[in-house]
Amino acid sequence: MEDPAARLAVLGAGVMGVSITTLALGQGVPVLLVETDPQKRAGARARIDHELRTAQLMGARPDVPQGHLTISDSLVEAHDVDAVIEAVTEDAELKSKALADAAAATGAGTALVTNTSSIPVDELASRLPHPERLVGVHFMNPSYLIRTVEVIRGARTGEQTVEAVGRVLAALDRRPVFVGDGPGFVTSRVLHRMINDAARVVQEGRATAEDVDTLMQDCLGHRTGPLRTADLIGLDNLVDSLWVLHRRTGDEGCRPCDLLLQKVRDGEHGRKNGRGFYTYPGAVA
Amino acid sequence: MSESTTERRFVAEDVETELKQFLEKSTKTSWESDTDLFADGGVSSMFAMELVVHIERSFGLAIEGPDLRIDNFRTVNDMTALVLRLTGSDAGE
Repeated sequence: MEDPAARLAVLGAGVMGVSITTLALGQGVPVLLVETDPQKRAGARARIDHELRTAQLMGARPDVPQGHLTISDSLVEAHDVDAVIEAVTEDAELKSKALADAAAATGAGTALVTNTSSIPVDELASRLPHPERLVGVHFMNPSYLIRTVEVIRGARTGEQTVEAVGRVLAALDRRPVFVGDGPGFVTSRVLHRMINDAARVVQEGRATAEDVDTLMQDCLGHRTGPLRTADLIGLDNLVDSLWVLHRRTGDEGCRPCDLLLQKVRDGEHGRKNGRGFYTYPGAVA
Repeated sequence: MSESTTERRFVAEDVETELKQFLEKSTKTSWESDTDLFADGGVSSMFAMELVVHIERSFGLAIEGPDLRIDNFRTVNDMTALVLRLTGSDAGE
């Protein structure tokens, strides 16, 4: 029987790779998760199980059998997947290398998807032999709780790729909003700069992180507050994205503030390791 | 399905006290037993799973299947009822 569901490969078992994998498995879509770091690979299944439980707790899992998870250190088994979703570190060199490997390991019918939060899609596409195969899909975290995704069509993204990714997003029950290409697209361009300013206010001693978030939530309707959101993104990832934005736009508001840099130096990376602007006693390290 | 991994039994007051202490420490707010934690911008949905893990560790439980749903964790009363049921503490002597 032909498998009607999409089949995915996800590159990288960091916060976003695990979150996207959880989303897919919960929707019954099989996933090949590729991670080259043995330590991250060893811990990936437990982290995904934990997030699948979170999805169930929050009523974000449909009543379908869970997709099959394969964890590997290579893309050897990825040749027939519908899409490869790249979710490696927010670094253009690393992402380009991962996407080039994915292009070589898969056929022309496999869509290549970058989950970059900030790097222009066409910049990444320029390093590929077939730039028309690449499209950007910016999943939010947690991917299984936030149904809307930002889809970035680069200048050279092909129609076939857009159609393929549309089918994948339908299988994942996500709602795409198509936007133009450029540093940070829409969400990161707006949000990351705001988070940087929120952190700067704390750095200047004008308010605590709790007070900043409370004001943004209760007065301005921000769902979680910018600094709780920062912890969820991961402060190290946030700093990487801010540098991407700063270097490509020249906007000084995007230069990571000292408090963010200090927290990253101190190993306070946010929810994923239990400490950021807040502490998370129940976090899975 | 959920199961108890211990033979321990609990009384409602002790469970409530433990849960309220954890909530107060985590959220820096004190909570009434019947207040919906997730309503009106109370605690975040991401905190819910921390609550589940804390209850499992504190009371020697594995909360699975249909028990793993947010309605069982909305109030201290809901959580207490769940702990008592899953540990058999609500059965008559």
